Amino acid sequence: MGDPHLNPAEYDFIAARRRVEAKAKSAAEKLTSLEDAVGRVKDGDQIGVGGCLFSRTPLALMREILRQRRRGLTLARNLTCNEGELFMAAGAVSRVTTAWMSIGLPWGVSKILRHYVETGAVALEEWSHLALGLRFRAGAMGVPFLPALTMLGSDLVGVGGLKTVQDPYTGETVAAVPALFPDVALLHVHRADRFGNCQIDGYPHMDADIARAATTVLVSTEEIISEEETRRYPDRTVVPGFLVDALVHVPFGSFPHECYGLYEADYDHFAEYCAAIDRSGPAAVGDYLERYVYGPPTWSDYLDLFGGERMALQAKRAKELTR
Amino acid sequence: MTERFNASELLAVIAARQLRDDTTVFAGVGVPLLAAALAKRRHAPRLTMVIEGGIIGPEIAPGRLPVSTNEMRAGHRATMLPGITDAFLFAQRGFVDVGFMGGAQIDQYGNINTSVLGADYWHPKVRLPGTGGANDIASLCREVIIVTAHEKRRFVERVDFVTSPSWVRGDGSRRAAGLLFGGVSRVVTTLGILGFDPDSKRMRIEATHPGVSTDTVRQNTGFALLEAPRIETTEPPSDEELEMLRALDPERRFLG
Repeated sequence: MGDPHLNPAEYDFIAARRRVEAKAKSAAEKLTSLEDAVGRVKDGDQIGVGGCLFSRTPLALMREILRQRRRGLTLARNLTCNEGELFMAAGAVSRVTTAWMSIGLPWGVSKILRHYVETGAVALEEWSHLALGLRFRAGAMGVPFLPALTMLGSDLVGVGGLKTVQDPYTGETVAAVPALFPDVALLHVHRADRFGNCQIDGYPHMDADIARAATTVLVSTEEIISEEETRRYPDRTVVPGFLVDALVHVPFGSFPHECYGLYEADYDHFAEYCAAIDRSGPAAVGDYLERYVYGPPTWSDYLDLFGGERMALQAKRAKELTR
Repeated sequence: MTERFNASELLAVIAARQLRDDTTVFAGVGVPLLAAALAKRRHAPRLTMVIEGGIIGPEIAPGRLPVSTNEMRAGHRATMLPGITDAFLFAQRGFVDVGFMGGAQIDQYGNINTSVLGADYWHPKVRLPGTGGANDIASLCREVIIVTAHEKRRFVERVDFVTSPSWVRGDGSRRAAGLLFGGVSRVVTTLGILGFDPDSKRMRIEATHPGVSTDTVRQNTGFALLEAPRIETTEPPSDEELEMLRALDPERRFLG
């Protein structure tokens, strides 16, 4: 753990292409349960996580991965929020590939990040925001790398093993940002039809690239729409159904993180979570896992811990913010 | 420093003045974004903000300052939401004039560390959150302006880890690393404005705030500072600037 070398499986575009060629690309119905969808995740998988920081995080899918007690995972996400802390504290993750990790400026440097990375329990492989975005994009394009002008001259080069290449036309040195082909993509979207054609409102983040780069795509959606609705506005589809392996209908599937226009992140919840960590250290996250992850059997039971009043308030705020 | 304003207000006002009309700015959340919003309201109405959450042209609403680059407040009345990767690609293409960012630890060549304290990246003494978009802003914008409190522990001779490169090790080393464009032009601090010697690319004092001596600047800096041929004194924040700034952050979320 922690050696600064690229894992060839991450950028092997030939193997990644073969995996996609070999899988069913069906236009069949994809609707299923969280348990069934997440049953496709294996120990040791490299997981590309959609959304960014506390925006459109696929928390219902991620909670189910923890409930199924997967181990040795790698999480790849541009800005990693407290979902990364939960995976660290649960012992589910051995490496996090990210550009930044903490909850957000008002909550300070994550004490959980510090604990697990400083003790060497979890390796944090840091790429720049754009470089990690281009890793997903190279994966989405099916190419081994993309030339770029970023991340050069920094010590980040040695962390993830970024190489340079000489431009065959001008002779300049450019970064050769390696593709990242995740085993599994997890996305939470605003709406999808039952065949998995997905629509996203507001910030697209990197979801469309992550879905194309991954071998297996698991999606949760706030709303199920009709096939007719998809066909009426095909320009709104950002992930086509044939990419999607499993789709789960999960209203408030990012809560307490935000979903653009539908509900605001619950900052009070973040504050309570951080206060508990301030009081009792990393053990507080163990308690949180018991209460919010392992305890409530269903996502609906989980949401009951927040209460309908709180969710209605967050929904009202989101409408005001995007009016 | 007088008591008419606090350190964050001073930083935001002086930083805002660095922005010109008819330009584009890549702004990080916190004081840099406040400064960009102030510039747009006061003297640069045709300034376009780009935010790394994948947001172009937002109008930051008073009392609704975003706490992250990806939350709904950051995109208030935006003109385009292209996604994160494409927002940065506008900068790589050369469309972003100024990158505006803070810094945890900065060295004499303007390199910034927001990754780790300690010698071994994989076993750090202190793990910090990381680059986010800072490395890309430092690499890709035409010019970068750093906005930071002036403290000796922040201004160190060598950063433990170069997260966001500026002039690397001086003397053409930025160019040699493949960074063909940009670099830090100015560091706006609570004590004054720092720049870089055109040849050695070492940091130098260019201006001090009223009542601040160059000795005070040196005492709060962990390396030897050069001096510009002529050291200016900044104009203190005006009542008008302070009023507009305070109206943007009535909850004092970032102004303290």
